[in-house]
Amino acid sequence: MTLWIAIGVLALVNLTIKAAGPTLLGDRQLPEWSRGVIALLAAALLTGLVVVNVVGAGGASFRWFVVIGLAVAVGARLLKAPVLPAVLAGVVTTALLRLAIG
Amino acid sequence: MPDAEPERTPTRRERYRLGVRIGLGLAAGSFLLAVAFGAMTRAQGWGLLAPIVCSLAVFSGSAQFALATGLAGGSVATALGAAALINARFLPMGLAVAPALRGGRLRRAAESQAVVDGSWAAAHLGGGRFDRELLIGATAVQWPAWAAGTALGVLAAPPPDLIQSLGLDVVFPAFFLVLLVDELRGSRRARLAAGIAAALAAGIVMVAPVGVALIASGAGALIGLRRPHRRAP
Repeated sequence: MTLWIAIGVLALVNLTIKAAGPTLLGDRQLPEWSRGVIALLAAALLTGLVVVNVVGAGGASFRWFVVIGLAVAVGARLLKAPVLPAVLAGVVTTALLRLAIG
Repeated sequence: MPDAEPERTPTRRERYRLGVRIGLGLAAGSFLLAVAFGAMTRAQGWGLLAPIVCSLAVFSGSAQFALATGLAGGSVATALGAAALINARFLPMGLAVAPALRGGRLRRAAESQAVVDGSWAAAHLGGGRFDRELLIGATAVQWPAWAAGTALGVLAAPPPDLIQSLGLDVVFPAFFLVLLVDELRGSRRARLAAGIAAALAAGIVMVAPVGVALIASGAGALIGLRRPHRRAP
């Protein structure tokens, strides 16, 4: 029962967090000063997601072959590879390194 | 971003389709991650139905993993707190897309549910403007993939280390990183914001919960408060 309540509460919290901004703003535009911040938000939050994913709480998830795999994905993208092949290059590299070194 | 012919802006339907196309790649990643979530929660005794309902109702990988980890090792309140904190980033992300959404408050609230990391980043047209149709199209394919992956994980219950040994744990950071490369191309300010975000996230995640580090990384965007230097024409 506790599990179902937890799932229900989390679903509600998630819905509210996402809806808060658009509901409160309505069809008004964001203030001028905030536009520069919004423009950089994707870069900052994506960086945060990658770092947190790679490092993990207290550094628990850090594996150097994951870093190399991710570097290969970035390299592929910089060499104009489409998104999916670039990601796959990173995945295959990580799997091979993990297999070779364990 | 829409790869339109030079003289014609893509129609709304074309932008939905582009969103679906981008979403398919993200959905593949979601599917694999969801298999891991299903397998993990099955092993923790969630039963068959709860993980699938959770994926349908919450539809957020990071928060669901935080909930499962928290429930396994602590109280319900701690687990919910961690999951909510991780998803607090959706508040500024929702604000950012708000001007692109349509209709009254209720419809905007419904449309805002399409905000998930991959779609939101892909729908960023640059300069803080967002493509509503691309956002919705990209999320529309990820939601069923997320639920189907969870169902497969619950039913097949693969050993947790299989995901790792196939390198599939890299799928999501690799996706975010590839989207990030596109964000950083040609924008010195974006690179500076990302550098500050990386330093903040790496430093804080060592000593504080993951959700706090994620929110703090968003502070990198505050350099946008400074006006860009422009040369006089």
